[in-house]
Amino acid sequence: MAVIQTRNLTYMYPTATKPAIRDVSIKIEKGEFVLITGPSGCGKTTLCRCFNGLIPHFYQGEINGEITVAGLNILEHPTSELAKHVGLVFQNPENQLFALSVEKDVAFGLENLGYPREKMQKRVDWALNLTGIYELRERAPHELSGGQQQRVAIASVLAMQPEIMVLDEPTSFLDPLTAKKIFEVIYELNNTLGITVVLVEHRLDLTAQYSNHIIIMNQGKVVLDGEPREILSSKETRLIGVGIPKATRLYQILKEDDGVKLGKKIPLSSEEMTKLLREVIKT
Amino acid sequence: MIEVEDVYFTYPNGIEALKGISLTIKNGEFVAIMGQNGAGKTTLVKHFNGLLKPTKGKVSIDGVETTKVSVATLARKVGFVFQNPDHQLFSETVEDEIAFALKNFGFKETVIKKRVSWALNLLGLTKYRKTSPFMLSGGERKRVALASVLAWDPKILILDEPTIGQDYQQKEKLRQFILQLKAQRKTIIIVTHDVEFVAECNPRVILMREGKIVADGEASKILTTPEVLNQAFIVPPQIAQIFFQLSDLGFPRNIIDIYEAREILLKAIRRKTM
Ligand SMILES: Nc1ncnc2c1ncn2[C@@H]1O[C@H](COP(=O)(O)OP(=O)(O)OP(=O)(O)O)[C@@H](O)[C@H]1O
Ligand SMILES: Nc1ncnc2c1ncn2[C@@H]1O[C@H](COP(=O)(O)OP(=O)(O)OP(=O)(O)O)[C@@H](O)[C@H]1O
Ligand SMILES: [Mg+2]
Ligand SMILES: [Mg+2]
Repeated sequence: MAVIQTRNLTYMYPTATKPAIRDVSIKIEKGEFVLITGPSGCGKTTLCRCFNGLIPHFYQGEINGEITVAGLNILEHPTSELAKHVGLVFQNPENQLFALSVEKDVAFGLENLGYPREKMQKRVDWALNLTGIYELRERAPHELSGGQQQRVAIASVLAMQPEIMVLDEPTSFLDPLTAKKIFEVIYELNNTLGITVVLVEHRLDLTAQYSNHIIIMNQGKVVLDGEPREILSSKETRLIGVGIPKATRLYQILKEDDGVKLGKKIPLSSEEMTKLLREVIKT
Repeated sequence: MIEVEDVYFTYPNGIEALKGISLTIKNGEFVAIMGQNGAGKTTLVKHFNGLLKPTKGKVSIDGVETTKVSVATLARKVGFVFQNPDHQLFSETVEDEIAFALKNFGFKETVIKKRVSWALNLLGLTKYRKTSPFMLSGGERKRVALASVLAWDPKILILDEPTIGQDYQQKEKLRQFILQLKAQRKTIIIVTHDVEFVAECNPRVILMREGKIVADGEASKILTTPEVLNQAFIVPPQIAQIFFQLSDLGFPRNIIDIYEAREILLKAIRRKTM
């Protein structure tokens, strides 16, 4: 079942002279882990803003085409209703934080949904622990480091356990080990609870291995859409300027340029690449 | 030259963010400061342009203590790009944003025009000359922030997370440009979580943890020492990971460059198949 579907979705910001996204037709199935990437300014954030109705309800502008999210036509439902289904982690965490304490920020969404107190506290503590900010729970969000703020933003969406989680470049502020840990958690939620994950990223080294669907955009359009291993190792992807994982790139160089007979499964992580290398070095 | 002598810093809310930092950065050095969220990286670099003053200890730029000069004077010498571009941008158009500091420093109108065009072009922003910085994507805003500082060509450049929001091509351009500045004996300090970018740049790496420096050395050494990386919450670059995993076969463990990796692997593969 598709949880997000768009048909010829085109959108232009109020002050703009040309659309930020054009003729976007995509289909995201329930339980997928989708990676969206493409050059800076290609429309990734704009597309995310459509998924939770910020576009067009907050940003206004001109929208054309069709879009349904969790079975709802976003044009006909207010953002407050869409928020029950979609959690969005903003590209800039500061734009998402407003409460006086970290704990209050993380609890905000659940409070709005009318969660009972005890259940809410449990969920909040769970999210604070997973993101490693339990000790910071009484601190003021604006007095935190950039990465600590990003963790609060992620925790507040995690706490909701929404049907669909959209994360806009979440790793850019996170230290790599924390990013890795948080993605292991998100991957597990994706597996166990069937939460659909939509992840926008430039840095694919930490996250490509989790995805089972990738969408590459360029100048407002979707240019590639499908299976991550094939797409990430294609020449087209590299020409667009996408930074593919180094393990994948090394595989490409050895196989295509140097004619090494490496196995068929295109690697997305170092472990996968090492396994292929052992096969040709041991024999 | 930047000299930091036993610096401690406590925020008004009582958080002690720096706990005895000592370090020297010479002219012409390219340094990457890395480490855990909240380790004190941003707090430390804000001391280099006098935005923050030590609670205890001393920071000197070219021999002058930062407490003895005005922030305005320091600003001419030390360019600073904030982690979050929204803390920096305020003008109505991208062009005005870039011209602002140049005007402040009293550059001639003709020079300003030239420098603005140069910076717009360098960061791929020419088509946004007349656009409001607030109507741009996250990565574009970061590039406006970079452009507005690079435009006045400061002697010391501090870039807090310069690769945020940047695609591979933009990063590659930035890398080339930084190396060019280094060749001109400019000092470049970046704060970053982008391990793969650091692996490609191969700068001096300083690792921080809980307000202290835990390691300082060549990227190819630091990024291939798992024990210190772990302490600083850093995951090694993928090429280094591959070589750790292959170390039982006698491969070196200090490889971060993809082309070096290719050479070594090709040799080993050809030896086995011959
Ligand atoms: N304005 C502030 N007021 C009070 N405390 C602060 C402030 N800014 C940062 N801190 C605290 O100081 C410590 C160091 O923060 P700093 O911003 O220097 O970390 P950082 O290494 O840059 O982290 P990140 O990788 O997340 O950007 C953290 O514990 C943080 O919570
Ligand atoms: N609020 C806005 N008003 C007008 N134009 C905008 C606005 N936000 C973004 N744009 C423009 O729309 C286009 C797409 O921007 P978007 O933020 O979706 O890009 P992105 O792919 O997320 O880029 P990045 O990787 O840099 O974050 C860009 O050309 C940008 O300049
Ligand atoms: Mg974006
Ligand atoms: Mg910081």
